[in-house]
Amino acid sequence: MATVDLKDIKKSFGKVDVIHGVDMEIADGEFIVIVGPSGCGKSTLLRMVAGLETITSGELLIGGKRANDTEPMDRDIAMVFQNYALYPHMTVADNMAYGLKIAGMPKDQIKAKVQEAAKLLQLDHLLDRKPRELSGGQRQRVAMGRAIVREPSVFLFDEPLSNLDAKLRVQMRLEIKDLQAKLGITSLYVTHDQVEAMTMADRMIVMNGGVAEQIGTPLDVYERPQTIFAAQFIGSPSMNLMDGRIDGGQLKVNDVSLGPVDTREGDVTVGLRPEHVFADSAGVLRLNVHQSEPLGANTLLHGTLEGKAFTASLPGVHRMPGNDRDMSLNFASENLHLFDPKTGKRI
Amino acid sequence: MAYQSDGMVEKSGASRWISHAIMILGVLFIFFPIWLAFVASTVTQADIVRPPMPVLPGPHFWENYKAALFSGVNVPVSVMLGNSLIMALGIAIGKIAISLLSAFAIVYFKFPGRKFFFWAIFITLMLPVEVRIVPTFEVVAGFGMLNTYQGLILPLIASATATFLFRQFFLTIPDELAEAARVDGARPMRFFWDIVVPMSRTNIAALFVILFIYGWNQYLWPLLITTDPSMNTIVMGIKQMFPSGDDTANWPVIMATSILAMIPPVVVVISMQKLFIRGLVDSEK
Amino acid sequence: MEKRVTFKGWLLPVALIAPQALISLIFFFYPAAQAVWQSLFIPDPFGLSSQFVGLGNFEFLLKDPYYRSSFVTTAIFSTLVTLAAMIPALFLAVVADRLIKGAGAYRTMLIWPYAVAPAVAGVLWLFMFNPRVGVVAWYLGQLGYDWNHVLNDGEAMGLVVAASAWGRISYNFLFFFAGLQAIPKSLIEAAAIDGARFWKRFFTIVLPLLSPTTFFLLVVNVVYAFFETFGVIHTITSGGPQQATTILVYKVFSDGFVGQDLGSSSAQSVILLVVVGLLTIIQFKFVEKKVHY
Repeated sequence: MATVDLKDIKKSFGKVDVIHGVDMEIADGEFIVIVGPSGCGKSTLLRMVAGLETITSGELLIGGKRANDTEPMDRDIAMVFQNYALYPHMTVADNMAYGLKIAGMPKDQIKAKVQEAAKLLQLDHLLDRKPRELSGGQRQRVAMGRAIVREPSVFLFDEPLSNLDAKLRVQMRLEIKDLQAKLGITSLYVTHDQVEAMTMADRMIVMNGGVAEQIGTPLDVYERPQTIFAAQFIGSPSMNLMDGRIDGGQLKVNDVSLGPVDTREGDVTVGLRPEHVFADSAGVLRLNVHQSEPLGANTLLHGTLEGKAFTASLPGVHRMPGNDRDMSLNFASENLHLFDPKTGKRI
Repeated sequence: MAYQSDGMVEKSGASRWISHAIMILGVLFIFFPIWLAFVASTVTQADIVRPPMPVLPGPHFWENYKAALFSGVNVPVSVMLGNSLIMALGIAIGKIAISLLSAFAIVYFKFPGRKFFFWAIFITLMLPVEVRIVPTFEVVAGFGMLNTYQGLILPLIASATATFLFRQFFLTIPDELAEAARVDGARPMRFFWDIVVPMSRTNIAALFVILFIYGWNQYLWPLLITTDPSMNTIVMGIKQMFPSGDDTANWPVIMATSILAMIPPVVVVISMQKLFIRGLVDSEK
Repeated sequence: MEKRVTFKGWLLPVALIAPQALISLIFFFYPAAQAVWQSLFIPDPFGLSSQFVGLGNFEFLLKDPYYRSSFVTTAIFSTLVTLAAMIPALFLAVVADRLIKGAGAYRTMLIWPYAVAPAVAGVLWLFMFNPRVGVVAWYLGQLGYDWNHVLNDGEAMGLVVAASAWGRISYNFLFFFAGLQAIPKSLIEAAAIDGARFWKRFFTIVLPLLSPTTFFLLVVNVVYAFFETFGVIHTITSGGPQQATTILVYKVFSDGFVGQDLGSSSAQSVILLVVVGLLTIIQFKFVEKKVHY
């Protein structure tokens, strides 16, 4: 068990800066998800914590001790890789035992630990198989098992579910979260999937272009996104954006007034989540619908609103609206998000 | 099944039989010299010197092979077989060992001079021993390694094919495996023994077949450096069994020796056919 | 290509590379340099001292009618060996490729001669064509043809070519067969639907698609004919009659070890070195091109 502190961690490859300084204090036992699009630096950040990449500047503390220059094996971490990285010529049991064997643990102890982990992961009947004889989900479990038997202070996960099919992903997601809660080991989990981030994280780091756009609990990020990027990346379908203006305390999009707001005057970007609008014949928003996608529980209506693409997610089944294809929508003013169009920051 | 997939392009029937006939003729043609040698190794000298010799094996198999194995002409063939075996194994194992190590160093380490070593080794790909034969002979003679196994083996180990092959293979081992091993606490040599070598098993085996044959079939080099008949290898020793001058060669014994010289590499090739073909196609790419 | 993971330190990698580096240095670089160095000298007849002659050895070689004829001999020999080894192999591979059943069995039987050493192949062919006892020579005699490769230049050349190409047919067959099997059957079928008959298909579809294999084998077979056929020639003709089968490699050997003319032999080695270098570059260029497809 350990805390992990990132202090202004930076990384550059040659002259290219890929991480521009990340600050975060991770509490013991916390589950942290690093989420962002590919190339945002999330894996690099994780690999720096693992010790697989050198830290260009800044400080990394694991359990309160500086770990910048410590070898991976001495950091008391375990890692689950995207493609599992199981040793193909070793059995499941040997794969799980390898780290312990190197550490010089007595054989009977290794065996006991492997058995225990295998039972926890329902792998007991597969211990003698080779990785190639396992299904994707089973391999994933073995990779988890390899991490667990070492009883590390920190778990690192590098997109561990991205090679699984959708159904298995949901199942493994629950299992990992469950296991982590049971073992209480501090975890860093990298993913590009915002659903994984939302469902698994105690806190998440939303990364973009080597910058931590926002650090916070999932609900925090969902309800009060600090930047346009975080607002659009978290939530599905993503948040609608409109070009607005505040004039005499009134928020307007083109000529449509969205009500009074109490902030600075001038141009703003207005964000409104698809699920935060509702059909209301008295509504001020007029959506010109181009397509509807009935999902059963709700319906997605795609169209244009004041000349820009807009998606509404309405509960239940909705037919395409009548001849002119226009429909009126309304919203609660507390669900409006205002951003500075120049900096992308929340106002 | 077969007939269906065949049907579109082939007219089946007669043309199939013609194809089989052609293949059988091809095989017979390829086999003919070997068959003849085998027949000659089972008959008497008298049968051979009165042409045409018979085309079916005679009753003197044991006699000729015993004569070859235990008396030979200059030296018993069993001695030459032993020398060939040591040479072929020495070359195959030696080459694989030093190549595994150097390929591992080149692929998994960054160190000053890495590029230099890589190119220095790569250049040795180009030169067969035949080309630098005289000075190499002088070097070996200078070390006093004439008529020794080291002299037979070492100069033929100095080639880069195997290193190159292992390098190519190591590059295909996923990076994550090395990272996982690092996180598991494996230091470089531990990683080498526990992960890299076991994963290279098929490549090692395939290369072993190729190199064993390469070593076994060497001719010029052993011809030069083994002046002592008891150090002769079988492939070069056969030629030494022909008498100089006008005497008639002892054909049954020579042919028995030729068959004996073929058996080990042929057994290796046939029994490890799949590996061998894979190794061949890989190594020549 | 580089690995993302690299280990640190320099002592260990240098130690790992040392065995190969040492062996290469002692048995490869030093002799190769020595060959270049010696090619610039002429030793006196007693081998006590030698005189620097610059490119004199090369000049002499290029004017030497024996060396020039050896060049021609090598060109003829390697062309014939390459053709004799490749054309039957391609033919057999095409036939085998048409068979769905049994192709594997034929392949197994055809692999055999690859394992037979060139020197042993030489002995086998020598035995068949021996003017006194050879079966083939005897039957030729019955047909009224008096075979004697010991005296006849052309027959000697024919025999070493046949013996050299024989084992090579299986090697080439393996590659051609693998190459043919790799051609998608749908292409052949598409051509068949377009109305192309077998030979038309062969020349317009199969052969072009097979060209990487063919080119590769061309280079490899030429290299083989240049350097690895020494055993065949030494066992069958010893370069004779009157140097009719003395190819370049054989001449390096006979001038260096039999004639003890080190300067000339070294100069010949250097010339061969250039030839191999060129062949390797051609091969390498080709491999690179293949990678970029």
